[in-house]
Amino acid sequence: MNGQRRILPKIIGLVVLLAIVGGGIMSLGGLTGQECFNNAAGCLVASGADPTLANLVTIALGVTLVATFPLLVTILLIWVERKIAARIQDRVGPNRVGPFGLIQPIADVLKLLGKENITPAGADKLIYNIAPPLMVASVLLIWAVIPFTPYHVGADLDIGALFFVAVASIGTLSVMMAGWSSNNKYALLGSFRVVAQLISYEVPLALSLLVPVMLAGTMSLVGIVEAQQGMWYVFMVPLSAFLFFISSQAETGRAPFDLLEAESELIAGFNIEYSGMKFAMFFAGEFMHVFTNGVLMAVLFTGGWSGPFAYEAPLLALVWLLGKAGIWYFLSLLVRNTLPRLRIDQLMNFNWKFLVPLSVANVLVVALLLRIIQDTGLAPAPELATDFIANIPQTVVLLIGNIVMAVVTLVMLRNQGRAARLAADEPAGSAAVPAVGD
Amino acid sequence: MNVLSEWAFIGLFFVLAPLLPALPIVLGVALAPRKPNAIKTATYECGLETVGDTWVQFKVQYYIYGLIFLVFDVEMVLLFPWAVAYRQLDMFAFVAGLIFIFLLTDALFYAWAKKALEWG
Repeated sequence: MNGQRRILPKIIGLVVLLAIVGGGIMSLGGLTGQECFNNAAGCLVASGADPTLANLVTIALGVTLVATFPLLVTILLIWVERKIAARIQDRVGPNRVGPFGLIQPIADVLKLLGKENITPAGADKLIYNIAPPLMVASVLLIWAVIPFTPYHVGADLDIGALFFVAVASIGTLSVMMAGWSSNNKYALLGSFRVVAQLISYEVPLALSLLVPVMLAGTMSLVGIVEAQQGMWYVFMVPLSAFLFFISSQAETGRAPFDLLEAESELIAGFNIEYSGMKFAMFFAGEFMHVFTNGVLMAVLFTGGWSGPFAYEAPLLALVWLLGKAGIWYFLSLLVRNTLPRLRIDQLMNFNWKFLVPLSVANVLVVALLLRIIQDTGLAPAPELATDFIANIPQTVVLLIGNIVMAVVTLVMLRNQGRAARLAADEPAGSAAVPAVGD
Repeated sequence: MNVLSEWAFIGLFFVLAPLLPALPIVLGVALAPRKPNAIKTATYECGLETVGDTWVQFKVQYYIYGLIFLVFDVEMVLLFPWAVAYRQLDMFAFVAGLIFIFLLTDALFYAWAKKALEWG
């Protein structure tokens, strides 16, 4: 028992150590070659390279860096997730391989490398083999538009938010391919459910994404982060953040929305016929997706890289981004480990009869409030857009609107629940339970 | 960076993103033993031989959800430009958006009333 309790100071110590090392590297980066750190192409040209070639090399280097980073983070995340899940369930978690069990994920990877890849007879081989890398790719591609620091972003697309919605739906395709090609009835049933679930929850996801886009006036994620310098959107439109959080949790297919796996009903769902490294890729994709959602929450609603000294020390900005993402990630793990699984009809009802109407209403209310804010001059002047004080009036108006909307929703839900309970108390054979909003 | 190199980045990313996870899979195939036999490659269902064709017909409810999703997906594509320009537009933009969203929400409530959203 004593040994278990002492782990927390150790973790804090580790974080402090990492911060010190990070700070050291950061100050080194600041002292030497700021030019090469912030503008690799310019640095190459300065050392005598052909501009076109320098540009291409920089792009290739950037792609490799941005694509490898989340994969490496995932290895650590597997440990973090298992440790946190263990704490919540009153267990110790991995603690044998390496200090605090830190090497456990690497040991797992080595083990999985040696596992035989069994392809079931009658599988559609091409589709069967394409599905696992596609699952990881759909999550990796989101990182291409994430702004890491004020100066470092993969690609600052004008349509960043739309790009996110587009590539995230590739994951649905991959799950469908895996389930269909496995030639297994359980896998197929699992993937039917997945497609129904994932496309359904994409609607509130994209509708709640509209609100930050509307507030910032741009679809570029870089622009959205810069527009939040004055005030984070989570304080302006908490309801959108809440809707985005729930529907992105459903998009990852984790508890309470883990119907695509449903171990006790479908043995494992779509990935049942996979083994070895291919099986591992589905899980790597899932672990990465949860953290990517944390990063997106940070970028869209809590100001991304913004924080003290973000402009002076780009590495510190990265720390802010990952720190905020880590908090959202932890919340997501907390939800995953404490809530029970929903039934499929409850899941669909929750989406179509609660989340979708609420997110449509949310878009309309924010639109109306923004119109009022613009017309009454409560909006900050363009040159004061990043000022905290100038943002307070519009934040108060939007926040009150959100609170009113939340209270109205809760009252409606309460009345609905009461009506359903009264109907259930009546003798059998009487009127059926009315649907929400009937 | 100009616009072209932004898209060059995305293009290269689309190539690399499936390749990176494919790398460990190829490595796994190279390192792992490969001894398939009839029992090992049999479909993993109940321990019994599987009965009938796997690729069965599916419940029509999935199709109806797909149709409703399509309505909202198209709505979103048209709403994103509206949202981007919203701060620069006048009251007319709000009313136009309101009517547009109302028409589609109407479709959702119609489907709801027709019991298209019941799973049973």
